[in-house]
Amino acid sequence: MNYLKTLLNGIVKENPTFVLLLGMCPTLGTTSSAINGMSMGLATMFVLICSNVVISLLKNLIPDKVHIPIYIVIVATFVTVVQMCMEAYLPDLYATLGLFIPLIVVNCIVLGRAEAFAAKNNPLASLMDGIGIGLGFTIALTLLGSIREFLGTGKIFNAIVFPEQYGMLLFVLAPGAFIALGYLIAIVNKITKKS
Amino acid sequence: MKRLESNFINMVLSTTIVALLAAGILGYVYTVTKDPIAATKKAKQEQAIKDVLPEGATIYEPKICEVNGCTIYPARDADDNFVGAAVESQTNGFGGNVKIMVGFDKYGHIINYAVLEQAETPGLGVKMTDWFKTDKGDQSILGKQPAINNLTVNKDGGEVDAITAATISSRAFLLAVHDAYAAFAERSGLVNVDVTTGASGKNRTALQREVDNVEETAEETVETVEGEETTETTNN
Repeated sequence: MNYLKTLLNGIVKENPTFVLLLGMCPTLGTTSSAINGMSMGLATMFVLICSNVVISLLKNLIPDKVHIPIYIVIVATFVTVVQMCMEAYLPDLYATLGLFIPLIVVNCIVLGRAEAFAAKNNPLASLMDGIGIGLGFTIALTLLGSIREFLGTGKIFNAIVFPEQYGMLLFVLAPGAFIALGYLIAIVNKITKKS
Repeated sequence: MKRLESNFINMVLSTTIVALLAAGILGYVYTVTKDPIAATKKAKQEQAIKDVLPEGATIYEPKICEVNGCTIYPARDADDNFVGAAVESQTNGFGGNVKIMVGFDKYGHIINYAVLEQAETPGLGVKMTDWFKTDKGDQSILGKQPAINNLTVNKDGGEVDAITAATISSRAFLLAVHDAYAAFAERSGLVNVDVTTGASGKNRTALQREVDNVEETAEETVETVEGEETTETTNN
């Protein structure tokens, strides 16, 4: 049940957004709506899982001195695969997120997990870590996206809750991302400290 | 198994093999996704052309041409009569390229438009996809004739309501419409066309003069328009 613990670890105790505060650029940049946040989270999760497993499998074949460049090549390969598939099969989503997809390569979560976890653990544990951290990131981004979309435009996942003209536009724009993220982290800290 | 030692041969081999594998995977994915990517792009463009032209009109392929950086897709109806054209044009908006497709009928009235590409501010400039079609106040540009109606934002003395808090995006959009019209007018000639005013027999020079007048009023305030249009004004 060690693996289950690894999985949960990524979602709650080491949540990349709320606890580790990693990957802030895509977090703040793409969460203007719930669906955007979720898609970015899922794309990152896919890359994270694949790179974690591959790096864990190859860890003994990679000499220490060149491990960073090799990790980058592996991560970049998966990111480009995601980008091309998204452009081909989800063109609307690509139009909104296209700019941010290549940035997954330098997302510190992906490289950070490769370095801190996958390079030291077996493939199965790395897979679990990838799923856990990926889910944690996806949940965080979806949550942040929903809050911003709700406050800014009165919708959640494009379902209208209240008329758009009463929304606070600020929350769809960059400052709203910082404000919403700040409050979310505060709330998460409060809850986790209590338990 | 112990980790490979960091000697020269190991390092060269491992990086080369990983790079080759990565290249192979990417090459494969590229060939698989190439066609769908091209297909969706084409479908999007065709849909846009269809949206901005009258019902039942078809593109007359041999006449597709480029004028001043705008691509013109002339359309004919079932009886082979020229009914108008879809014109693709682009300008710089607030956050990047704004690429639109505007449909004109044969008298140069705007039938409809579609935004193909934009990167404006979410919640503000992106509203251009619907704003100028909405029949509310002076928002709508549909049915207007750029040579007769002054299609600039009312802040610049024009007759179109700018998107709230997105004047720059609105200017960019209207400039693109203007460019599209200029290209359309140049190509189709618009000779002896009865325009809405009822002034039949109006030739192209007269129409062009109207365009220039519109520009003169706009020039003082719209810097972007000024730079783009000076060449055209001096031509006449």
